Amino acid sequence: MAGIPPSTWTSDQPIVRVSDVHKSFGTFEVLKGISFDVRKGEVVCIIGPSGSGKSTLIRCINALVPVTSGTIRVAGIEVADPKLDKLALRRTVGMVFQQYNLFPHKTALANVMMAPLHVLGQNRAEVEVRARALLAKVRLAGKEDAYPGELSGGQQQRVAIARSLAMRPDVMLFDEVTAALDPETVKEVLVTIRELAEEGMTCLLVTHEMNFAREVADHVYFTDRGVIVEHGPPATLFSAAQDERTRRFLSQVL
Amino acid sequence: MTDPAMNGRPAGGGPPGEGGHPGDLPVLLPSALSRTGPETRLRPAHAWLLCGLAAVALPAWAQAGSGASSPLEVVIRWAPLLLTGFAFNVAISLMAMLLGTLAGTGLGIAMLAEGPVLRRLAWTVTQVFRNVPWLVLLFFVMFLVPFQVTVLGVRVPLPDWVKATFGFALPVMANVAEIVRGAVRSVPTTQWEAAESLAFTRRQILWRIILPQCAKRMLPPWMNVYALIAMATVQASIVGVTEMLTLTAQVHAAEGGRPELFAPLYGFALLCFFLYCYPIDRLTARLERRFETR
Repeated sequence: MAGIPPSTWTSDQPIVRVSDVHKSFGTFEVLKGISFDVRKGEVVCIIGPSGSGKSTLIRCINALVPVTSGTIRVAGIEVADPKLDKLALRRTVGMVFQQYNLFPHKTALANVMMAPLHVLGQNRAEVEVRARALLAKVRLAGKEDAYPGELSGGQQQRVAIARSLAMRPDVMLFDEVTAALDPETVKEVLVTIRELAEEGMTCLLVTHEMNFAREVADHVYFTDRGVIVEHGPPATLFSAAQDERTRRFLSQVL
Repeated sequence: MTDPAMNGRPAGGGPPGEGGHPGDLPVLLPSALSRTGPETRLRPAHAWLLCGLAAVALPAWAQAGSGASSPLEVVIRWAPLLLTGFAFNVAISLMAMLLGTLAGTGLGIAMLAEGPVLRRLAWTVTQVFRNVPWLVLLFFVMFLVPFQVTVLGVRVPLPDWVKATFGFALPVMANVAEIVRGAVRSVPTTQWEAAESLAFTRRQILWRIILPQCAKRMLPPWMNVYALIAMATVQASIVGVTEMLTLTAQVHAAEGGRPELFAPLYGFALLCFFLYCYPIDRLTARLERRFETR
């Protein structure tokens, strides 16, 4: 059931299509008409200064935050539709958070197994085999029985990635997943994401890791104050930014 | 109550941060304390109270006349009956706790419901039953619930002690509801977001992810409620339930109402309750400390 896109979606269309999305919190407009596409297998990075609405945008895509206006289509599912089946959407879209948000009362293995078992109702033995394989893939073999509190930030974040992957999503969203990590553990998480990208997973990242964006992304969007200021392939955006705001931001962070 | 310096941090129920803060002026402390329930952090020295309780019986014993049996003999003679009464108190408290916990968990979850009607209704019910004297609730139940009910053609008698159990279950329900609501609310919303992102339903999130995390947090205040309800069961004597206090009064009367028997007989009741509730209290305090430093 999960992972099979509805019939309205074909693989030649973008798997994520965001069109003219506005989002206001009270009178404050955070997103002022954002549009972009992500094609299957693409790695897209969203960069920009703090408070530019990046996290809000990525949260709109799996309906954690409802949009004020505009449309978002993920693998044929209309996210802004009032009759949206949130559970169907979230079986298609995986999300990893800045603060890992593992379930503290469950072991690493149980964290990875929970959703496939209880949401998808899959067979326990199969799920366990897959969960162990996923933990090995994120280089955490041997940590299956550790509780989140016993793991480092980087390890917890890799469990969170494995947990999300266990649902076999079509798209993975990463919301500043390295922002809370020690510098030395950032790399291990980025290596994991890079491997995912190389395997063809569609990834949408909000990130402050410019080097990562430059090396891994297919397309980079620079947002500021709720709008996309400029976008393009990383080679172009990072070396030949057209907009003054982009250039100023890049000069500060690079 | 112990010295104010020690009470700076409340040991009673509720999440940390509620009640007294380190920066509180001494004048604020009494009000801060009253919100956190009874002080549970007793010193080990308080165990000496036990000896004190035993001593209650002794002076009266010395006064005993030569003809009548000594107070100690009276207590020993009647102890089996009085302990049967105490067993009733324990049974009532356990049943009330069981019923109240089941109903209170439901009520607490209803207070967190997404629908405003259910949420407000549950909130109102909780507030009403939390903010009236337990004895008033007991009277209401005693006089409003019939002495028997007919279920599917079968007559089920409702003896007084069963009705009293319902009466005590009501305040337990309201207090447990608050404990559940508070504990669920104390779990960071990021846990909900993470679970929602994995396509869990609201119900699954609550039962599989949120409540299991709060179980530890809920245990100490829940045990606190139990200790309070166990002590409150003697109020059932007012409405005529044959529990320990009622029996104690009857025994006193049967022994001719001799004034020197008053202290030993009621001292015995006091001792029974203390020996039952004090360990619960200590365990609660210990669990609280352990969970705080996890």
